[in-house]
Amino acid sequence: MSYGTSFSACRALFVRDFSLVWRRRGDALNPVLFAVMVVVLFPFALGPEPNALARISAGTVLVALLLAGLLSLDALFRSDFEDGSLEQLVLSPHPLPLLLACKIAVHWLTTALPLLLVAPLLGELLYLPRSELPVLLAALALSTPLLSLIGAVCVALTVGMRRSGMLLALLVLPLYVPVLIFAAGACNAAGQGLPVLAPLLWLGAGLALTLVLAPLACAAALRISLS
Amino acid sequence: MNPLVLWFHKLGSPPYFYRLAGRLLPWLWGLGLISLAVGLYGGLVLAPSDYQQSDAFRIIYVHVPSAWMSLFIYGFMALNGFIALIWRIKLSETLAMAAAPIGAAFTFICLATGSLWGKPMWGTWWTWDARLTSELVLLFLYFGVMGLYQAIEDRRQASRAAAFLALVGIVNLPIVHFSVNWWNTLHQGSTVRLFGPSLIDSRMLWPLLIMAIATKFLFAASLLSRARVDLLELEAGKDWARQVALADGDAA
Repeated sequence: MSYGTSFSACRALFVRDFSLVWRRRGDALNPVLFAVMVVVLFPFALGPEPNALARISAGTVLVALLLAGLLSLDALFRSDFEDGSLEQLVLSPHPLPLLLACKIAVHWLTTALPLLLVAPLLGELLYLPRSELPVLLAALALSTPLLSLIGAVCVALTVGMRRSGMLLALLVLPLYVPVLIFAAGACNAAGQGLPVLAPLLWLGAGLALTLVLAPLACAAALRISLS
Repeated sequence: MNPLVLWFHKLGSPPYFYRLAGRLLPWLWGLGLISLAVGLYGGLVLAPSDYQQSDAFRIIYVHVPSAWMSLFIYGFMALNGFIALIWRIKLSETLAMAAAPIGAAFTFICLATGSLWGKPMWGTWWTWDARLTSELVLLFLYFGVMGLYQAIEDRRQASRAAAFLALVGIVNLPIVHFSVNWWNTLHQGSTVRLFGPSLIDSRMLWPLLIMAIATKFLFAASLLSRARVDLLELEAGKDWARQVALADGDAA
């Protein structure tokens, strides 16, 4: 019996996950709406003064996107676990880390990429200085895949729990600290006219490392929680 | 078989470990409490007071050993988690999970005494200093491990998942420490250094070392006590656990 190549398995997984998202397009927009609403709350809480808002704008956008990503993480394996296809994935003859990397990639493309596209709007709402916007977008482009990858490892550990939301936040947020520090560091440096390359390079290095290790760790974690 | 390897294999068996820990425990508690008393007496009474901070510096005799223990116990937990995941040794799972609350307690003591000391010395309960922040993240990592362990029904699966999280955490810990250092030096605020390069006087140092030993003994004693209870719970259906329970019932 032939199983086909790993490449065709990955392609099938991509097509399946994308069509699942496409059939529930409304749900896919929820993280974006959440991020917009969180950002809109800040002027209400801090007052509408442009200077005060501009000073915290980059950090607020980063945290809002981070939280939106955190809330969407739960959906990564939820439906697959409930209909049993996650177990089929684990049992399949193709390398599990590769398949999980595909799933994480689809998740990033469908949840984090829309957030990335809406980030300039969020920045504008908070009077983000124009000079910081390219740096913020670069930092987000490097840090959101990192967040998805790190988050996937923790989701794999909590898969199968009925009420995992709060616990997931408890597991994930300490691991997000370095990512947030470097992303915000780049934006702050840009605000002060300092060179921004170093924190962005650190983020890139972290992404390269996580891209290799996180799918392996995710597979190991999934095997533990499905055993 | 090599006697050392044989002993190691025997140690992995819950009944053998249960009996051995039971024999060791009185010694560990005794040594821990005695050295605690000596260290506290030396630190709080015998050591001369600091020329700048007067008596307030004495809190380091609790603060610094707790900080050392918070890292040491995390390392211990991750090491046992590693052994548990690779070789599936039940005892290592139990030890790793028994260590987590003790480590969290030491981390909390470290943070609490630090902020008690910070209020009169720095004029604030909390400052976003690099060390303080990484200690706080360490506390959250402990909470994550404990939370995951509590959330899963099956005890062995729970300890394997939590041990895995502890391993992820130990990879992350140096990164957190490095990034927090980088973050704080970028925003150079009021620089407060705990001790700087100044060497501590030997009359102040020896109680600190005694306290470091005392916390090690107390950790070992507390760990073995917790591990014994956990093992009884885990092996409740086994013969040896029933015999232990019956023997306890006869003695009572």
